[in-house]
Amino acid sequence: MFNRTAIAPLEYTRKLWMRSWVGLTMLFLYAPLLVLMIFSFNDSRRNIEWKGFTLKYYEKALNNDSLVEAMVNSLTIAFLATIVSLVIGALAAVMLWRFRFPFKGLVEGTMSLPIIVPEICLGVAFLIFFAKIDWPTDLPWPLNLSAITIAHITFCFPFVAMVVRARLASFNMEEEEAAKDLGATDWQAFRDVLLPHIKPGLIAGALLAFTLSLDDFVITFFTSGPDTITFPVKVYSMVRFSVTPEVNAASTILILLTVILTFIALKLQGVKGIAQSH
Amino acid sequence: MTETKTPIIQIRNVSKRFGKVTAVDNITLDILAGEFFVLLGPSGCGKTTLLRMIAGFEMPTEGQIIIDGQDMSMVPPNKRPVNMVFQSYAVFPHMNVTDNVGYGLRIAGVAKGEIRDRVTEALELVKLGGFEDRMPDQMSGGQRQRVALARSLVMRPKVLLLDEPLSALDAKLRAQMQFELSDLQDKVGITFVTVTHDQDEALSMASRVAVINKGEVAQLAPPSDLYEYPANRFVADFVGSVNIFEGRLTLDEPDKAAVDCPGLGKVYLNHGVTGPHGADVWVALRPEKIYLHVPGEGKAVTAASQDAPDGHNFARGTIKGMSYLGDITLFEIQLEGGQIIRVSRPNLSRHDQEDFTWDDKVSMHWRADSPVVLLS
Repeated sequence: MFNRTAIAPLEYTRKLWMRSWVGLTMLFLYAPLLVLMIFSFNDSRRNIEWKGFTLKYYEKALNNDSLVEAMVNSLTIAFLATIVSLVIGALAAVMLWRFRFPFKGLVEGTMSLPIIVPEICLGVAFLIFFAKIDWPTDLPWPLNLSAITIAHITFCFPFVAMVVRARLASFNMEEEEAAKDLGATDWQAFRDVLLPHIKPGLIAGALLAFTLSLDDFVITFFTSGPDTITFPVKVYSMVRFSVTPEVNAASTILILLTVILTFIALKLQGVKGIAQSH
Repeated sequence: MTETKTPIIQIRNVSKRFGKVTAVDNITLDILAGEFFVLLGPSGCGKTTLLRMIAGFEMPTEGQIIIDGQDMSMVPPNKRPVNMVFQSYAVFPHMNVTDNVGYGLRIAGVAKGEIRDRVTEALELVKLGGFEDRMPDQMSGGQRQRVALARSLVMRPKVLLLDEPLSALDAKLRAQMQFELSDLQDKVGITFVTVTHDQDEALSMASRVAVINKGEVAQLAPPSDLYEYPANRFVADFVGSVNIFEGRLTLDEPDKAAVDCPGLGKVYLNHGVTGPHGADVWVALRPEKIYLHVPGEGKAVTAASQDAPDGHNFARGTIKGMSYLGDITLFEIQLEGGQIIRVSRPNLSRHDQEDFTWDDKVSMHWRADSPVVLLS
């Protein structure tokens, strides 16, 4: 009746234990997020029991000037850090891939250091560093975000470099030689042949950098001043008093934003291209 | 063939060293306009390095490369009047066929209409009409190679360089492309310089072949000369299959010569070899130039005596190995002296392969114009 045909070895979806395992994994991954999103519509000051549907906390969140300002700061920092990380990371990857120079291994190792060093150490280091060199804190917006942006670039660009480097490993050098053979200058060969090849890597790297920067708390906490609150830092300060649905609403907006951005990037590139870059 | 006798490429005392390794060792040669020139050699002999120096991707450590009368020492690859078809074809994977073939012209700033006409013409030339919008990953290896060919030919270079053009194709396609490349070269009249390690490829396509060994030119000759008159043991052995015997030159006059080979017997030639009398030499004998006979009937002796003095140009042995290849049968025969000689025999009739079998005693003879005496 139910099982008309025998279950083939790879038909996992037709096995009950496998389906429940997948279900449990999904639940583990997404239940907290779902609860957060659902309770953003909860008509109650406290996030404990369901009182009814409302959109008023979205309205409240969007009317909270300091929350919106923090969000704008976060997006600005993420945008700038991504752009700069892309350029530095891609150049570093190309340099490490193409040239041989003394201490290359050392350079390669130290470049990925920001990935391994605990964030708290980086945060403290930046705090001391910017204080030591007297980095101006009273600049007009958006220049006052420069310290945080610089700190974000530091831990973002190694990720870009890593992804691009992996992509470069599959590049056929003869393609670049062919371009030059057909009359292209170094720059033209880079633009017309190498750049299209590493494009999926660049997009994947940009996505990584953007999301890393957007949700960074530890390092940002140590480099932000009173006028340069970012979204995660703001949420933290709000949660210290109580977890209101307002925080839920703001978080839901952030989640939707990143999901949409990722979706657009994947669509632009084709999921295949991203997968290839890893 | 539109062969004029002016050199289009002059290679003058060119050496290339990578650290302590000498890849190309003081090579001097001329490549003539309109010829199909092949650099032939085993892998690692320096032939590809030489080609890459002509293209400009490597700089000679010493010496000079002159293309069309112009010294290329300071000219980068993108300014040289040569184009290259790479071993991997290096077709740009993110461009369709039209954009691939038109790339060089776009870089050169040629007008759009002209690009379109020349791309169409080039694609017709390599029989890829109708493939304009295909992406490289939708094409077979052979088709991608044609794209690479068209992409180079559309530039109308003075010289087309081809790096192992047929090595990635399967046997049937390779044979077809050999003919097509020769045909194409005939049609466009551009000088072709090809690198290969495959002697069949070299023999079938080339107007002249330079055999390269350990960075030096071992011999430079047309294909038939290379096969019939190899200059040394390396060339004799590398081009085709050959039996080589050590011997001593006992007679050397303008119209005859004789070599005493302990392993084979007395060898007589109907031409002089201009080697020092009594010198140690080598005799090379191709497998297909040896005739097999059933022993005891004196046929080998009789046949040999037709163009050689008694006691020359024949040998006896025992069949130790046979491989039937359809068109020919290959025999490995142990001579009385113990050495193995390879003999090939065409299967002129369907039952020819039944004439001889393992452990048969056989006798052999060859004609007086078949052996080649090698001094080095």
